[in-house]
Amino acid sequence: MFRTVAELIEKAENENIPISEVMIRQEMEVKEKTREEVFSEMEKNLVVMENAIDDALKGVQSVTGLTGGDAVKVQKYMKEKSPLSGNLMMDAVSKAMGTNEVNAAMGIICATPTAGSAGCVPGTLFAVKEQLNPTREEMIRYLFTSGAFGFVVANNAFISGAAGGCQAEVGSAGAMASAAIVEMAGGTPKQSSHAFAITLKNMLGLVCDPVAGLVEVPCVKRNAAGSSLAIVSADLALAGVESRIPCDEVIGAMYRIGKQMPSSLRETGEGGLADTPTGRLLKEKIFGASV
Amino acid sequence: MKYNSVFDIIGPVMVGPSSSHTAGAARIGKAARNLFGKQPTWAKIHLYESFAKTYRGHGTDFALVGGLLGMETDDPQISKSLELAKEKGLQVEFIEDSASANHPNTVRLIIGDDKEQQELMGISIGGGKVEITELNGFELRLSGNHPAILIMHNDRFGAIASVTKILAKYEVNIGHMEVNRKDVGKEALMVIEVDQNVEDSILQELQAADHIISIAKIVS
Repeated sequence: MFRTVAELIEKAENENIPISEVMIRQEMEVKEKTREEVFSEMEKNLVVMENAIDDALKGVQSVTGLTGGDAVKVQKYMKEKSPLSGNLMMDAVSKAMGTNEVNAAMGIICATPTAGSAGCVPGTLFAVKEQLNPTREEMIRYLFTSGAFGFVVANNAFISGAAGGCQAEVGSAGAMASAAIVEMAGGTPKQSSHAFAITLKNMLGLVCDPVAGLVEVPCVKRNAAGSSLAIVSADLALAGVESRIPCDEVIGAMYRIGKQMPSSLRETGEGGLADTPTGRLLKEKIFGASV
Repeated sequence: MKYNSVFDIIGPVMVGPSSSHTAGAARIGKAARNLFGKQPTWAKIHLYESFAKTYRGHGTDFALVGGLLGMETDDPQISKSLELAKEKGLQVEFIEDSASANHPNTVRLIIGDDKEQQELMGISIGGGKVEITELNGFELRLSGNHPAILIMHNDRFGAIASVTKILAKYEVNIGHMEVNRKDVGKEALMVIEVDQNVEDSILQELQAADHIISIAKIVS
């Protein structure tokens, strides 16, 4: 099994295969499954993601009313105006936020790597797909490439906000998406790792401070940040821009920063945005004054 | 390594809103139910740290109870589990415990019926992945990556050999094994992670082996 991004890239380069293929072969070996079984299991996840986006674009609302409807707003804006950051970017943002709106509304999603950050990978996939026209197999491979990088983060650092803050969730998710975009766009494994590193570097230190402890504010919009940054980093890497700090060292930095974060900023709903006057007021409105 | 599959990262498919606080919680509840072997009639649920602070917002409460009722992470009924528990005769009490825990997402599930009770500690380590860290006072590290057999036995020589001999006879390979005891010669717990599911007939044979008190299995 690969333990680091360096090992993952080395395997891909030595055998002259894409990162997705390294992940697929490892999964087949570890779980003693055939290629078809592994592919069809991943395709089920792809279908869940597709359905969640479909639901989101019809408009959803969470029980608390804190989130919902923004994905639809952005799609409407794209049709009526011309977005400054471009249609592809806003499409990704809308689909990423939409996935998380479905999650907040207790709909069915696929965690990538977590539920709170579940928008970044599918949001970017279903946006870049419009320009890159991938086959169904390439779309499934996108998820294996994302998973390969997430696998390294999960085993060397953390992927939950309670353990390492939002940098571990949306930071990891956005970075995973960057790497997958690069592969789908025809970049090299090394370029994938640079894209991953650039996104994660820009997410370092991000705290997990959900208002009222709910996966709504600011989680939904953080998926907008994660997915847009993913596309920017992928473009940078495809242009030949490199991260000065290697991928594995960025993951190490993320781990140490998470370890230094106080618990009030790790998914306890006590610090940061949760502790603003409006954040406290919203909590009181939802759960009553006694909480 | 804590995570060994790409589907730990891309997955699980689940009802929102949180993989650690909802999906992970449901899996801990389900593991407790499987180990108890039947539906409990009461549950005292102690929540620690992030679980204690945010369980209502994240639906940790209904997810744990859904798990105790045998539901999976993607069961659309899971958000109604608190009402379903009442219908099915499961009494639930939540306790926000201020004691510190080793992991921010920790829960202690004390469940039982009129005959017996079971105490289990679980942690939700991220992305829906969980570990069972304590069972009836015994420390353990059960990843849930593989099927496992848990065997309560008396701490006597030969107890372990009699179990492994039976497993060898049926060509069941052991991936990980640990043994814990409360004191020399007292009650002890064997935890055996295996590569494939173990047939009930093998479990019956294990149950009849020397010094064995009780057996439970967990399907991965």
